[in-house]
Amino acid sequence: MSAFRGAPVALRPGAGVLRRSETLEVLGRACRLRRTQLGLALFGLIAAIAIFGPLLAPKSSTAFVAIPYSPPSGAAPFGTDALGRDVLSRFLAGGHTLLLDSLLAAIVGVGGGALVGLAAAYGRGALDTVLMRISDVLLAFPQIVLVLLAVSTVGPKASLIILMVGLSHLPRTARVIRGAALEVVERDFVKAAEACGERRWRILTADLLPNVSGPLLVEAGLRFTYSIALIAAIAFLGFGPQPPSPDWGLMINENRIGITAQPWAVVLPIIAIALLTVGANLATDGIARTVSGIDRGSR
Amino acid sequence: MTRLLASRLAWGVFTLVLVAVIVFLATQALPGDAASAILGSSATPQRLAALRAQLHLDEPVLGQFWHWFSGLVQGHFGTSLAARRPVSDVLGTRMLNTLTLVVVSAVVGLPLALWLGVRSAVKRDRVFDHVVSVGTLTLAALPEFVVGIALILLLATQVLHLLPAVSLLQPGVPAWEQPKALVLPAATLVLAVVPYVARIVRGSMIDVLEEEYVQMARLKGLSERVVVLRYALPNAIAPAIQACALSLAYMTGGVVVVEYVFQYNGIGAALVEAVDNRDVPVVQAIVLLIGAVYVLLNILADVATVLVTPKLRTQLRRARRPAVEPSLATELPR
Repeated sequence: MSAFRGAPVALRPGAGVLRRSETLEVLGRACRLRRTQLGLALFGLIAAIAIFGPLLAPKSSTAFVAIPYSPPSGAAPFGTDALGRDVLSRFLAGGHTLLLDSLLAAIVGVGGGALVGLAAAYGRGALDTVLMRISDVLLAFPQIVLVLLAVSTVGPKASLIILMVGLSHLPRTARVIRGAALEVVERDFVKAAEACGERRWRILTADLLPNVSGPLLVEAGLRFTYSIALIAAIAFLGFGPQPPSPDWGLMINENRIGITAQPWAVVLPIIAIALLTVGANLATDGIARTVSGIDRGSR
Repeated sequence: MTRLLASRLAWGVFTLVLVAVIVFLATQALPGDAASAILGSSATPQRLAALRAQLHLDEPVLGQFWHWFSGLVQGHFGTSLAARRPVSDVLGTRMLNTLTLVVVSAVVGLPLALWLGVRSAVKRDRVFDHVVSVGTLTLAALPEFVVGIALILLLATQVLHLLPAVSLLQPGVPAWEQPKALVLPAATLVLAVVPYVARIVRGSMIDVLEEEYVQMARLKGLSERVVVLRYALPNAIAPAIQACALSLAYMTGGVVVVEYVFQYNGIGAALVEAVDNRDVPVVQAIVLLIGAVYVLLNILADVATVLVTPKLRTQLRRARRPAVEPSLATELPR
């Protein structure tokens, strides 16, 4: 069946639809844009702190160092928090949960959304209608509300939050991917694959999926950015990691009452979350511009 | 017009019923019994049984749903488990406070977004456009609580001391009579919503500015102001209406975090409290309310879109929902 995988040259799709080798080319071209470079640099810096921070933390994240809210000193370069723990050590130890959970939530949302979107576009008719109606209903919930709804019954479990954040992305990604796939399913190579008796699952994953890789790449970046923002917000509201975990969102919540006396315990995680989301969004925008051809000045 | 309205209303009612089903499934039918979740592990069997009966958890799922849903239709949202008062009592004034906050934010934010979007389309690829583009891109990515706390640091505590860091409302006084408490929460919401709407307006305005009738108007020697305001803007407004409706609906979600940051006494903060207390009836009521706002805004946007689009007005018989297909660079609000 491999002869029919991907579009023959004569059927080359328009902008936004890429073959596998082109996906790499797009990423390469996106990396030449200044905003992508800046975005990746910001994101990479904070991601490195989140990943390697726990190894570098000078003190235990739960040890008492000095009286609560003491200002920066030799023992604690960024002062202490509401319970007298070292702010720097907690900051270094607290980023990896946010990063990992956001990545998993984005994978759930974009993976599920791509499958639902492709199935709706390929199935047409009743399947399309049902899937899109369900998406419409899910869109009535702002993402954070959907997550809180589930947390109110099951409680603040990491797996639940990853699943719900992913589920809240799903209808949004599904709509975009369905829109991109609608014209792909009409092309002859799909009919050829059907005529050869390829399985439906295989048509979805091997024939359709590579042909919506442009929008999919943009969606992945966007959903990852929003996952970081959402999961940090949930942690800030107190429904993410529970004390005494040194999570960034939780840290902001725990120390915001002392913001006048000792701002560092709030400022460090705030800056980290801000740079992480802004960096991811800048890089995504670079990819979006490359996919839609804006970087070549055609629009 | 009546036909369109009727079909959109039917869609709205249908969506709301499904929203109610989802809310019900998520709060009462999930594994993990609500009664034991509320009372904790130290609950006596008698108290558990009593609470189960109070929540109608001892009935079959379909019966539970019917009991709850028929109450909703008659306007009974149940009794708050934490306050032990009817939910409508608990949420009444808080709803008004949230409404005030959202309306103030919308009145400031939407015209600002429209202006930014139109101006960056007109000044396309010039300095203004690039500054707005980078600014909106940056703000669009930031979570609301980061923006809110940054504003507190800048305007209320560390740098300047212009405004209160928490927006505690005096009870008994309407929120709109306490402007100092409204400024920072409203500013946070405005900063969260403006980027999205401004980007949509810019995109749709750029498409329209390339149309032939706009070129024609320019060639006739009309001033750029007339060309933009009389010729281009009315045709660029339809996608903007959808974007405005979606962003208003999104504000109801953003409000949850913003109210919590500023301890503003609205339904957003109430939702966080209720989730914390496992106050299921209050959670159900607030989530349903937010769903209803979304449905209502969608209907209003559809009607408004038809009203401002002559082509759709004349084709009403075949009117379909003019779905705004998100292009690659734009996105649905969270």
